[in-house]
Amino acid sequence: MTETGLQPETLPADPAPLAPERDLMSKFDPLIAERQALLDSGVTDPFAIVMDEVRSPTEAVIKGRETILLGTYNYMGMTFDPDVIAAGHAALDQFGSGTNGSRMLNGTFRDHMEVEQALRDFYGVSGAIVFSTGYMANLGMISTLAGKGEYVILDADSHASIYDGCKQGYAEVVRFRHNDVNDLDKRLGRLPKEAGKLVVLEGVYSMLGDVAPLREMVAVAKKHGAMVLSDEAHSMGFYGPNGRGVYEDQGLERDVDFVVGTFSKSVGTVGGFCVSNHPKFEAIRLACRPYIFTASLPPSVVATAAASIRKLMTAEKKRAQLWENARKLHGGLTAMGFRLGTAQCESAIVAVILEDQEQAAAMWQALLDGGLYVNMARPPATPAGTFLLRCSLCAEHTPAQIDRVLGMFEAAGRAVGVLA
Amino acid sequence: MSDRTEIFDTVTRLIEPFNKKQAELGESTTFQGDLEWDSLTVMDFVAAIEDEFDIIITMNMQAEIETVGQLVDAVEKLKA
Repeated sequence: MTETGLQPETLPADPAPLAPERDLMSKFDPLIAERQALLDSGVTDPFAIVMDEVRSPTEAVIKGRETILLGTYNYMGMTFDPDVIAAGHAALDQFGSGTNGSRMLNGTFRDHMEVEQALRDFYGVSGAIVFSTGYMANLGMISTLAGKGEYVILDADSHASIYDGCKQGYAEVVRFRHNDVNDLDKRLGRLPKEAGKLVVLEGVYSMLGDVAPLREMVAVAKKHGAMVLSDEAHSMGFYGPNGRGVYEDQGLERDVDFVVGTFSKSVGTVGGFCVSNHPKFEAIRLACRPYIFTASLPPSVVATAAASIRKLMTAEKKRAQLWENARKLHGGLTAMGFRLGTAQCESAIVAVILEDQEQAAAMWQALLDGGLYVNMARPPATPAGTFLLRCSLCAEHTPAQIDRVLGMFEAAGRAVGVLA
Repeated sequence: MSDRTEIFDTVTRLIEPFNKKQAELGESTTFQGDLEWDSLTVMDFVAAIEDEFDIIITMNMQAEIETVGQLVDAVEKLKA
């Protein structure tokens, strides 16, 4: 075939507008209309916030207003740590701004090796593989571990990256009711005994901030001969004696086969990883497409991650402050009469449950106008069709900031009619 | 009564508690279009079917099933 078919003169000079049925974009009309309806109600677009300045892990300037950040995943407040920033500067100076390649080819620099060593030290494991994002770590690990004729068994409330990891692979996919040990047991029991199985769990589920009964679930998985992957994205740094996550807190270091995590939350930069003690773990690098066919992280990013992870190993003070902040916010909002995602404070996420999109948007806007940023979350991201205002705490929030946050919630709750 | 008829009757009985629209149920009734089920309803209903027949309908198979008739065929095959 020659290139002549691609010459512009073969196209009509003035193409007619596409008929709706041929316009691939017309399928988004309902989405566009729904967003327009929300904007027409007068609220700021909750999914288009711009931080014009970021002053600290807990403060930013949004549209000229000083705003307390209570909707980032900066749990350990590492983003402005002087040692972390210095490590990034040094790597930029020594290695340049990017790697221009895949880990497999020219994209592995000194600090990619160093951050993997920092992970092995932090988790006390023999193997660590770094991916370009947490999303890609799940995508890569799940699609590579479970092959054709094998099974992935996942919680119904799993993060999108876990569902997408299933779609990317060729395994059969079975889901069980959220955090329901008996349902997991029943479903595993109906699968062919001889087939390979991967049970995918999360330590903390990010929408409601609830913790999984991992001990019971892992026991059930092992009973049926399944391997276990736990996503500890929302627990790194502040669960268990070494801050490894919920699986460490529940004493499961020997039983969980693979732990997936991210640099974009407690570590305070971007990237994803999987750690494991499996003797053949390194083979993942040879088979995993989301590891092989994408560019590696820039040197400054892996250098900041390595410095941050090493500091998290001994961040006892930050850990204690984070839990204190989470308990203070959870207790204060409960006392005011807000409905929360969990009865007790289980994690650094405190989710306020609202009745509908209108109420959630009004409340979110009132908080933003008062100088507080929280996450608004809505179906399909949320479980059971709920509308949430999700607060996530940072170790760097001060008690005075939490008091101001509680004051703003009370005022907004009354103004919008959520509180009597 | 054939096996298939029996399965069809059981399936339609299990649909009823979720049939908020009181749609007429036949072989060609679709779950998304006619019953207007969202993903949560689908999950609860699939669990009910799985428990009743002691089978697993994987998400891969669910993606291929659009009508009541197709579900009855799938159950018949899985039970065999």
